[in-house]
Amino acid sequence: MGETFAQKVLARKAGLESVVPGQIVTLRPDHLLTHDNTAAIIGKISGDLDRYGIVDPEMPIIVLDHVIPAVDEKTATNHKKVREFVKRFGIRNFFDAGAGVCHQVMVEEGLALPGQVLVGSDSHTCSYGCVGAFATGIDRTEAAALMLRGEMWLKVPHSMKMTLKGKFQKGVYAKDLILKIIGDVSAAGAAYRSVEFHGDVRNLSIGDRFTIANMGVEMDAKAAVFPVDDITVEYLEDAGVNRGDYEPLWADKDALYHSEHVYDMSQVVPGVARPHAVDNYATVEEMKGLSFDQCFLGTCTNGRYEDLRVAAEILKGENVCPGTRLIIAPASNRELSMALSDGTVQALVEAGGMLLPPGCGPCLGAHQGVMAPGERTLSTANRNFKGRMGCKDAEIYLASPATVAATALYGELTDPREVMD
Amino acid sequence: MKVWRYGDSVNTDMLFPGKYTYTCSTADEIRPHLLEDLDASFAAGVKEGDILMVGDNFGCGSSREQPVLGLKAVGVQAIIGKSFARIFYRAAINQGLILIEAPEAVDAYNEGDEVKFDLEGGVISINGKEFSFPRLPRQILEIRDAGGLLEYTRKKLGQK
Ligand code: SF4
Repeated sequence: MGETFAQKVLARKAGLESVVPGQIVTLRPDHLLTHDNTAAIIGKISGDLDRYGIVDPEMPIIVLDHVIPAVDEKTATNHKKVREFVKRFGIRNFFDAGAGVCHQVMVEEGLALPGQVLVGSDSHTCSYGCVGAFATGIDRTEAAALMLRGEMWLKVPHSMKMTLKGKFQKGVYAKDLILKIIGDVSAAGAAYRSVEFHGDVRNLSIGDRFTIANMGVEMDAKAAVFPVDDITVEYLEDAGVNRGDYEPLWADKDALYHSEHVYDMSQVVPGVARPHAVDNYATVEEMKGLSFDQCFLGTCTNGRYEDLRVAAEILKGENVCPGTRLIIAPASNRELSMALSDGTVQALVEAGGMLLPPGCGPCLGAHQGVMAPGERTLSTANRNFKGRMGCKDAEIYLASPATVAATALYGELTDPREVMD
Repeated sequence: MKVWRYGDSVNTDMLFPGKYTYTCSTADEIRPHLLEDLDASFAAGVKEGDILMVGDNFGCGSSREQPVLGLKAVGVQAIIGKSFARIFYRAAINQGLILIEAPEAVDAYNEGDEVKFDLEGGVISINGKEFSFPRLPRQILEIRDAGGLLEYTRKKLGQK
């Protein structure tokens, strides 16, 4: 009987011939990602760090991204503690505020590689499945224990197979597909399982795959992975990683799955997730005309150059509708630089957009773009829970960058296909 | 002992709003905001030994562990649920907070019913009617029994 990707990758990492779903393995992950929460993590083990030090300075990757630049003395002090920790233990992979959202940085720096097992103290760590890695989120305590000992247990998950066929129509994007999938399988639909994407993935860029893998956790997947192909190899080469530096793995043809699903990408239409759950799916058509106070373009889900580009094409030479605010937070410094070099940012700013530094921005409601009671935001983020953007009496809808841009133009939910030429 | 009932897909923002994640990390800082956007009466009313009875996918969303730390700190005896989100489940083990996955028991429960459970035996009883639930594997019980993951890690490091 063939094996799934999850079985193969976890067996290899654990040094076992083969494993079966449900089996518990002990392994040492290739990397541990932490972000602003590093301060709280090391705070749990300060005495232990004095005594034992950290297990391996190559294991942690730290990116300051959640509340940057610091908003108050407390967050500034946390950042300072993290910088001191980095220096003290010689952690090479540290990215200070301004580099970008941690997950984007991990992928674009070539720190998450095909066939690796990575964990991070952030639920969207699953994003690295876009380059064929098995990546999953853990809590802060687990991250603290890993810093000290480097070892953890993982239960080998069952896997779900999603076969993607065909190609999107114009105006339809990876975000529309993943919102539809989550709407179908539900927010708990992939709980404790790994989701594998098969089929015509060559029609999806690494950015598209990122958007999809990123939202794996919104159906509670443990991991969400794509196979490695020429597009991946080329992307990693651009990031400075040679083909010989990693060993990809993929599922056998006769692997056994918990369930199999098929999606025809040509049939997907622009969609939204309605408040206050990511699986509360509707098509843009069904909700057309709903008014929005704020439109947010950014996050690890959809803040890359290609996302900003799509929005700029829609907004170029136009003005954001009076009464609607447009906020832009690029996913990383690198993506922002690209968007600066070809007029993408200029088009967005000239249309009236507010540009924030590369980072999480308004996504988690800690600062920047917090909403007032009764307000409604259309966001390219991955989560629309009640209170997520800092106010429990506000509403968040999720959509693709094209839908967000088209909506910013009219102040009401607009199908991007109507404004694209 | 009070049983607090909540429905399906109670997410981490309802359990502990994201806006506090980088300013509150100790039990005392977390406590006043526990379940703030879900049930404003919880933080003031919860007592040592209380139980939560919840639906599917409890704790979905963020990887923040403040909900687990907070629930443990206020003395919640156990959370009995239809199912738990993965990261939340793991975080609970790491803090020694007891989760019982028993969907039938949750369906059978009515307000005021007597709830008893036997962790070692993997049995929960609702008004005398028994339901079984999966017990944790040995490797994981070791972590819980050590008092949580950090204690377990210290034990292992000390043995080196
Ligand atoms: S952009 Fe949002 S979802 Fe992504 S890591 Fe930051 S807070 Fe989390």
